[in-house]
Order: sequence, then structure tokens, then C-alpha cells
Amino acid sequence: MEIRSMHFVERVRQRLDDDELQRNLKRTRGRNAASRAAAVAAFPDFDAVRQRATEIRRSVLRDLDVWLERFEAKATERGATVLWARDGEHACELIADIAKRHGVRTVVKSKSMVSEEAGLNAALEAAGVRPVETDLGEYILQINDNEPPSHIIMPVIHKSKEQVSELFARVHGTPPKTDIEALTHEARAVLRPEFLGADMGLSGGNFLIAETGSVAIVTNEGNGRLCTTLPRVHVALTGIEKVIPTLEDLSTLLRILPRSATGQALTNYVSMLTGPKHAGDPDGPEHMYFVLVDGGRADLLGSEFEDMLRCIRCGACMNHCPVYQTVGGHAYGWVYPGPMGSVLTPLYQGLEKAKDLPHAATLCNQCGVVCPVSIPLPELMRRLREKQVECGLRPWSERLALRAWAWVAGRPKLYALASRVGVRYLRWLAGGRDRIQVMGLAPGWTAQRDFPAPAAQTFRELHAARQAAKRQGGAR
Amino acid sequence: MRPSIAFAAIRLLESAGYTVVVPDTQTCCGQPGYNAGDRAAARALARKLIAEFESFPHVVAPSGSCAGTVKVHYAELFADDPAWRARAEALAEKTFELTQFLVDVAGVSTVPGTFSGSVTYHDCCSGLRELGVKAQPRALMDSLPGVRRVEMRDCEECCGFGGLFSVKYPDISGAIVQRKCESIRGSGAYAVALGDLGCMMNIEGRLRRSGDELTEVIHIAELLAGPAGEGG
Repeated sequence: MEIRSMHFVERVRQRLDDDELQRNLKRTRGRNAASRAAAVAAFPDFDAVRQRATEIRRSVLRDLDVWLERFEAKATERGATVLWARDGEHACELIADIAKRHGVRTVVKSKSMVSEEAGLNAALEAAGVRPVETDLGEYILQINDNEPPSHIIMPVIHKSKEQVSELFARVHGTPPKTDIEALTHEARAVLRPEFLGADMGLSGGNFLIAETGSVAIVTNEGNGRLCTTLPRVHVALTGIEKVIPTLEDLSTLLRILPRSATGQALTNYVSMLTGPKHAGDPDGPEHMYFVLVDGGRADLLGSEFEDMLRCIRCGACMNHCPVYQTVGGHAYGWVYPGPMGSVLTPLYQGLEKAKDLPHAATLCNQCGVVCPVSIPLPELMRRLREKQVECGLRPWSERLALRAWAWVAGRPKLYALASRVGVRYLRWLAGGRDRIQVMGLAPGWTAQRDFPAPAAQTFRELHAARQAAKRQGGAR
Repeated sequence: MRPSIAFAAIRLLESAGYTVVVPDTQTCCGQPGYNAGDRAAARALARKLIAEFESFPHVVAPSGSCAGTVKVHYAELFADDPAWRARAEALAEKTFELTQFLVDVAGVSTVPGTFSGSVTYHDCCSGLRELGVKAQPRALMDSLPGVRRVEMRDCEECCGFGGLFSVKYPDISGAIVQRKCESIRGSGAYAVALGDLGCMMNIEGRLRRSGDELTEVIHIAELLAGPAGEGG
């Protein structure tokens, strides 16, 4: 997917001015957070499982190469083919090759954010293969002129049912309906023949299990199971960081992923797929491939950003982020929005292409608190800010202002003088009122709120005067 | 900005039986530089503050974010400098946010405040999520007979201040603080109390800008300490 994060500020403005989007955001705001809170409250072991999940993900990253090789050996033993992709583009080439080899004309897809990273749909179309999204949200976006998802697990959270109704009526040529069940049935009627007729199914992968060579997929709609078992060929596309050692580890992670994501104790479907159909199996694909993408992940190993690779893509960070909840996912300009996206986008796409993202956060740490694998997201955003400073990516005016501030703050007498002058300047600006409404030095502040006028004297001045008075009083 | 807050903090500490010293040379803990990615500036100011404060048995700040910087982040700033890291950790051990100190360390259960009316408390992010300040300010508020505490919706949600965030991304910040103001008004409280000056100016500024001249925005130190008597 082409990155547009460099236009973050304009994209934010557009989304704040989009009344319909703002109504949709308001309607869903806090809903996922409330579901998660209820699930956590009903699960007394949550903190212990969170710690265990964190440790599983942390330890696998320490020896990622070993676990990936073990996974490859097991998956191969079970008859699957494991392919390694340097990046998204390479993954698209590999998948187009697989499609060509097996004479594939139609691919049914279950949800895969890595396929969004890679821009797979466009690549398949260019190769003469028709991709069909079968996750309901992704399907809605695909028929809406390939609109990108705005959330990693609820791709169409930014739309209302009325918008979907209008879209379905237009694309399907059916009478408009706003009953959600009826809309779902309509999509199902369109998708059912696609499942039956497709030559290839493409899935993502929530986890890769090294000890069995399996991929685990967590879904609520059942489309993942159809995609991975009906067509002749199954391709599981995911990132190299998704491997975990054992089924026992999977059971730990499955206890925390749905609770963190949607507040469910368990999703409607958990599929474990291990190799192609074997002799005597009633169903399953004839060929199974894994396409495992690096795409910047290996570079994070051993770096100060390694913690980010623990991410299990639950979306809790964005569900709790005041910024995401205000501007929606599209403002972020690439595949991954919210706090996890503000860390991943600059790391995978280049610091200079997403300069705003690590700064567009209040560092309130709601995300860090709810992360099921304890990723210190605000800390990682702050480190990215440091990287920007180190690489000279901040505007000179900001650098100069910070230098000046640090220089003055290092000199107590000067700092006291600057505070005295500053307070008097602000009071002059206030002009006898208790607030300042236009402030030239920080127009951003007064664009949105007043600046309360400061007291006439600084604490330092008053305190010094009182200390002096006390000493005099004591001497008398 | 609001010297009365610091004087209120001093009164509270003195009424709990402590002697309060304000080092003449103290300036800033370095948080703005730290959060802006200017590690060098943050380290320089951290060294200065550590040297100024490490000889005292307790260090108290009437601000969750300043206390949080010292208590949670200084050690990380000196990750590669064992000598300073040890000093940072030692200081972190004895650094507290004001209400945290009063309740958890000093064991205070009554305060001199005289506030009368309904108050809702906004949990500032650093105090809440870095230091675990949640029950302490409420316990002290509840000890005041005139205070009727009411909880607002989403009291733990950020007010959208975020330091430089508020001036770098005013549109987003403004939309977030607008929601906070609606939660405050929705609580029906006469006043909102909180423990961080930045959040306080953000909330007060937005309330006034949006035409709310009535809701009082009060720092928890002033609420608990009451008006300054003779000699402050």
C-alpha cells in the first residue's frame, strides 16, 4: 500500500471536518474499550496470562531464526511449502507465481493485514488473477473502489450501516436495506459462489506454531475456514514475527487475544491448518504454501524497537487511543493506524515518510496499559522522536526553541529572569483580563482554547520575599 | 503561572509536620525535552535536578507528570551511565506526587481545606498510569466535609494536552479536550479538580473558550489546602 503518512496534518483536518465520519466515530467510540474491560473483569487470571503472553512473545524473538527454521522443517514435513519474502513486493511476486503454476483465476481472501502492506490485490489483478475479499468488512471496502481499512480488525468501523446500505444497493443492484442481518445475507449470497468457485484461498495468520508447522487463524465470520479448506490451493501470508513455539503457547495467547480485541472470551472460529489434504482426508486444499514476509521486521530484532515485534494485532491500542478515536484510522496514511501504526509505519516505511506519527500522540499510555503483550508503545514513540532529532528530521524552529529552552533552564538565574519577563509579557497580552485569546508565540494553543493569564508574580519571587520576611521576623 | 499551587502544596506538607525546602537553583525536570526527543537536554537537566534534590529524604512535586519524569524516566535516561543511573534510581525511590506522598508516606487523613461544593476529579495520565495516583486524591477530597465528590464519565481518559502535542496538533488536541469538557459538564459538578498544571490550563482554557464561565478548575493542592492564611 502506498504511504500517505507525510500528509498527516491535512488528512486529520479533512477527517475532523467530515461530519459523517465524526458521527460514525462518535457512535463506536469507547465501545470496544468497554467490551474489553468487561472481559478482563470477568477473567481473574488476565494479568497473569498477560505476563505469560508477553514472555512467550519476548522469548521467541530472542531466537526468532531458530523458531522459524523449526517451523519451516515441520511445515515442510507435513507437505506444505514455505517461501520467504524479503518484502511486500517480493511476496506479491511469489503469490503471483503460485497462482500461475496452479492455473488460478480467482482467489478468495480472508483478512490479512500483511496483504495490505504488500498491496497484494493490485498485484494479483495485474497478473490477471481476480481477488475477492470475503471478510465482510474487507468485502465492503473492496467493492467501494478498494478503499483501505481504517482498523486492523474492524476494517470498516468508520462506516455507518446507512453508508453500507447505499453501497450495496448501488453495487449489487438491490433495493436498499438497513437491517444489518439482511445486509449480511446479501453479502453472503454474493460470496457463497465465490468460495465454491475459487481456485485459491489466501489467508493471513495470527500465529505460526513451530512444533506442528501449523498456522492458527482467529475469525468470527467463518470465511477464513471456507477460504482455507475449499479451494485447491491455500496460501497463508503473514509476517515472520508471528511464530510461537508450541500449541501450549497458542492456548495462552488465545486466552488474551480475543479478550483484548473484541472482549470475546473466544472468537467464533479458531482454525488450525497443517499441511495440505492427506490421503483419506475428506477435505482440504491439494497444495498449501506459507509466504512469510520480512518487510522490515528482521531489522528490528536486537534493536531498541524489538518490543514492537511482540504485537499480536488485537487493536486494543487504537481502541483506547484518544487520537485514533478522534481522527479515525485513515488519517494515519498507511496500513496500520493508532499507536501500533505510529510505531510500525516509520520503522517499516522510513522515518522521514511518517514524521508526524510518533509526535501525534499525547503519550497518555492508555495503549501501553491495555497492550496484551506489554509493548511500551509511548516509550517507542518517544524513541522515534529521539531518532528524528538524531537524524536531523525536526524543523529548525523546533530545534532552536528546544535548545534555547534547555540553555536557559540550565541557568537558574536566567531562568528566574525569563520566568519573570514571561509572566509580565503574558499579563500584558491578557490586558487586565483573566485570559489570553490570541497568542502569537503559540498560535496552536489559542486556536483551540484560551490561555489562562498567569499570576502577577512568579512563585520564585514570592517565595524569596516570604523567606526574607521570615528571616527578618526571626532576627527581631 | 500559578504560584498559589506551590504555596498550597507547602501548606499541606507543613500541616503534615514536614519542613519544606525549595532549592534556589531548581528550574525544570527536563520533561519537555525528554518528550520531544532531545535526550541531551533532558539528561543535562536531569543531572542538575538529581544533584539539587538527592540530599533530601523526600522529594514531592504537586504534579504527576513532573514526579513521573523523575520517578519513572530518569533511570532510562542514564541507561548507559551506571553512576548516574544509580543516583537516578535512588532519587526515584523517594520522589512522590503530592497526594501520593500525603496518603502513602505521611499517612495523612485530614487536610485543612474548606472547599464547599460538588467536585469531579480528572485523573491526569502521568499521575494515574505512571504512578498509580487514583485513590489518594479521592480519599483526601472525601475527608473534607464540604466536598461532594461526583465522578465524571471517562475520568481516566486523556484531556488531550500532551505537552507540545497541544500546540503541534491543535485540531486533534482541541477535539479531545472538548470531549473532556463535555464529560466534566455532564457530571454536573461545580468544579473539576486535578493534579497537573498542563492539563489544568488545557481544560480551563477550553471551558472558557467554549463559553463556560462557571465551572471552576482547581488544582488538587489548592482544594485540599484551602485559602492561604496570613503569610501564605
